[in-house]
Amino acid sequence: MKIRAQFAMVFNLDKCIGCHTCSVTCKNVWTNRKGMEYAWFNNVESKPGIGYPKQWEDQEKWKGGWEKINGKLELKAGGRVKKIVQIFANPNLPEIDDYYEPFSFDYARLQNAPLSEAAPTARPISQITGEKMDKVTWGPNWEDDLAGEFASRSRDANFANMQKEMYKQFENTFHMYLPRICNHCINPACVASCPSGALYKREEDGIVLSDQDRCRGWRMCISGCPYKKVFFNWESSKAEKCIGCYPRVENGLPTVCSETCVGRIRYNGIILYDADKIEAAASADDTQDLYQNHLDMFVDPFDPKIIAQAKKDGISDDWILAAQKSPIYKMAVEWKIAFPLHPEYRTLPMIWYVPPLSPVQSQIDQKNLPTEADGVLPKAEAMRLPVQYLANLLTAGKEAPIVSALNRMIAMRSYQRSIHVDGKPDTRALDATGMTEDMAKEMYRYLAIANYEDRFVIPSSKEEERLDDYYGFQGQTGFTFGNASSLGVTNNALFPARRKETVESRELAPLAEPTHDASGEQY
Amino acid sequence: MSLMKFLFAVYPYICLTVFVVASWIRFDYQQYTWKTDSSMLLSKKSMVVASNLFHIGILSIFAGHFAGLVLPHGLWLGLGISDMTHQWIAITAGIVFGLMCLVGGAMLWSRRMFNPRIRATGRKNDMFVISWLMLTLLLGLMTVPFSIGHANHNDPSVMLLLAEWVKSILLLNPQPELLATVDPIFRAHIFFGMTVFLIFPFTRLVHILTAPLSYVGRAYQIVRTKRRTV
Repeated sequence: MKIRAQFAMVFNLDKCIGCHTCSVTCKNVWTNRKGMEYAWFNNVESKPGIGYPKQWEDQEKWKGGWEKINGKLELKAGGRVKKIVQIFANPNLPEIDDYYEPFSFDYARLQNAPLSEAAPTARPISQITGEKMDKVTWGPNWEDDLAGEFASRSRDANFANMQKEMYKQFENTFHMYLPRICNHCINPACVASCPSGALYKREEDGIVLSDQDRCRGWRMCISGCPYKKVFFNWESSKAEKCIGCYPRVENGLPTVCSETCVGRIRYNGIILYDADKIEAAASADDTQDLYQNHLDMFVDPFDPKIIAQAKKDGISDDWILAAQKSPIYKMAVEWKIAFPLHPEYRTLPMIWYVPPLSPVQSQIDQKNLPTEADGVLPKAEAMRLPVQYLANLLTAGKEAPIVSALNRMIAMRSYQRSIHVDGKPDTRALDATGMTEDMAKEMYRYLAIANYEDRFVIPSSKEEERLDDYYGFQGQTGFTFGNASSLGVTNNALFPARRKETVESRELAPLAEPTHDASGEQY
Repeated sequence: MSLMKFLFAVYPYICLTVFVVASWIRFDYQQYTWKTDSSMLLSKKSMVVASNLFHIGILSIFAGHFAGLVLPHGLWLGLGISDMTHQWIAITAGIVFGLMCLVGGAMLWSRRMFNPRIRATGRKNDMFVISWLMLTLLLGLMTVPFSIGHANHNDPSVMLLLAEWVKSILLLNPQPELLATVDPIFRAHIFFGMTVFLIFPFTRLVHILTAPLSYVGRAYQIVRTKRRTV
């Protein structure tokens, strides 16, 4: 047994309102640069939909992740030799149009246009070529709130084994948001795909990073990641990906997407797992066993034997304490209401999701939904959001764990309702789902109240113990552009120069005419 | 110093020195710039054909030059390959891989020239290096009729002279006079070829030096630790 700690997250989809605040804060902090205009380390998709990049879940098309061939775990795109053979042109590489052509607008035109009858328009400008674009035809969030026709959206891979035509009708339409970031997998396919060895997983917290100096731009990770969360910076020709906001996490702060989440749906914490079980867990014969295997890798942070082993493996006391208080452990292991995204890719992803509860409470209260014998829990097939769809997303198609999780969430609500409305606790629904009153109360605290200190339990990484001269380390940037913290650009460059800055409208908008001085007096 | 002496006794050393020293400096100090500079993300159309033709062609040509010019002459004789057979193999391989490289390279060149995205995002350096490689290749292909002409007269002497000159350079005993009698097209090709080594460290070509062959024997997963190893 080898115990490792993993920085992990849970996203409570039940509360996601699709406001995209996470995407915007992430964009402003990490990808607001030339070459990365099209890249969103964090994006929020409307489901059902084909997502970003288009149809990323269709692994027959992109060959991302792993598969089991002849009893052995192998990259779906082929092994090492095949990768070397294909290195001159990766046939599975997405093109930028699979994401979208990044654009800005010709804002100057709004002020510079000559007098005319019609109001001037700011035409879109490609941020690749700097030329005007006829029409923006796709964007990072083109399907927001079920935009577009069903025929296009229904190419969603999660409709597998479903009679999707019935969901075309307005009465049967369903909708959910799916915020996505890098899953910081325990068995990452991007790391395995990288010929240069630039991608790596950190032993201390499991964050997966791309070494910018070591990356040569062979672009195998881009297609290797089944979630398409490694991006090719076309300016620098390097792979860039979500860095789990490690400069923040190392100091005990939540990631910027989690910190700014308006709906308080994001939970950050660590979880302990047995690193010796990785290969066996990822090699399950039946993809539907992967969720359970993954769960079985996690170890009980309260078990004295586990604690002793963890200490032996170099995990400090405060990390063990954080593992005991971890919201991730509670939701994934204790309550079993959180699930990994597409476990069938065999990457053992570590961003888990609480499925959305689609039948709104009022529908249950008004007895509009057929329920189980207890009169509270709706029958699984009565859910507006088809359980099969959620199962295809979160458990490789196995419905039972999803139904159980949804029922537990409903039972918690039913129990709380009985306390607050009827004045006396009714535990029938809890009993039916195998929950105790304490568990329901705690679930209520974590899911409904979602206090900051419950959502974020992040031990600091103790850099001060690792570094000899930690004052000397001050001012080092988290995301460097070559050669430690230098910009990699000098005026007397012997080496290839970088291109000019991000493409914007070529004509700058004029400054407003000053008509008043600072004191308010008119000129 | 005559031009001949400069070009074929001094210039080779300038090229090789710059090639080694500048590549070394760049790897040490500017590793962030050490990359393939792939533009496939921006335009994938016909890249699988073009890039494979170009790369397989040019690498094979390089291997062919190495085998024919750098490896000792005695090795081939020892293996029972006569000079005439050697020359015919070189001609055939040169035509096959040269044409592959030519077709692929022409596709890449026109993509860089006419594809709006690649043109807008490409650097002058990228255009220059593909053009230079293509010129070198064209000159190389233009030597083929001369080689065939010599071979038809059962005369491997030019090939042997070229190999002898390469050997003289590598053994630090430059003999530019060896090239005095060969057809001028060979000298032009050699000049362009040597210049490729000169510009190499300042272009994207450096990615060849870090071809990730070690990947074949590597474990899939890489875990790095920050813990101090006591």
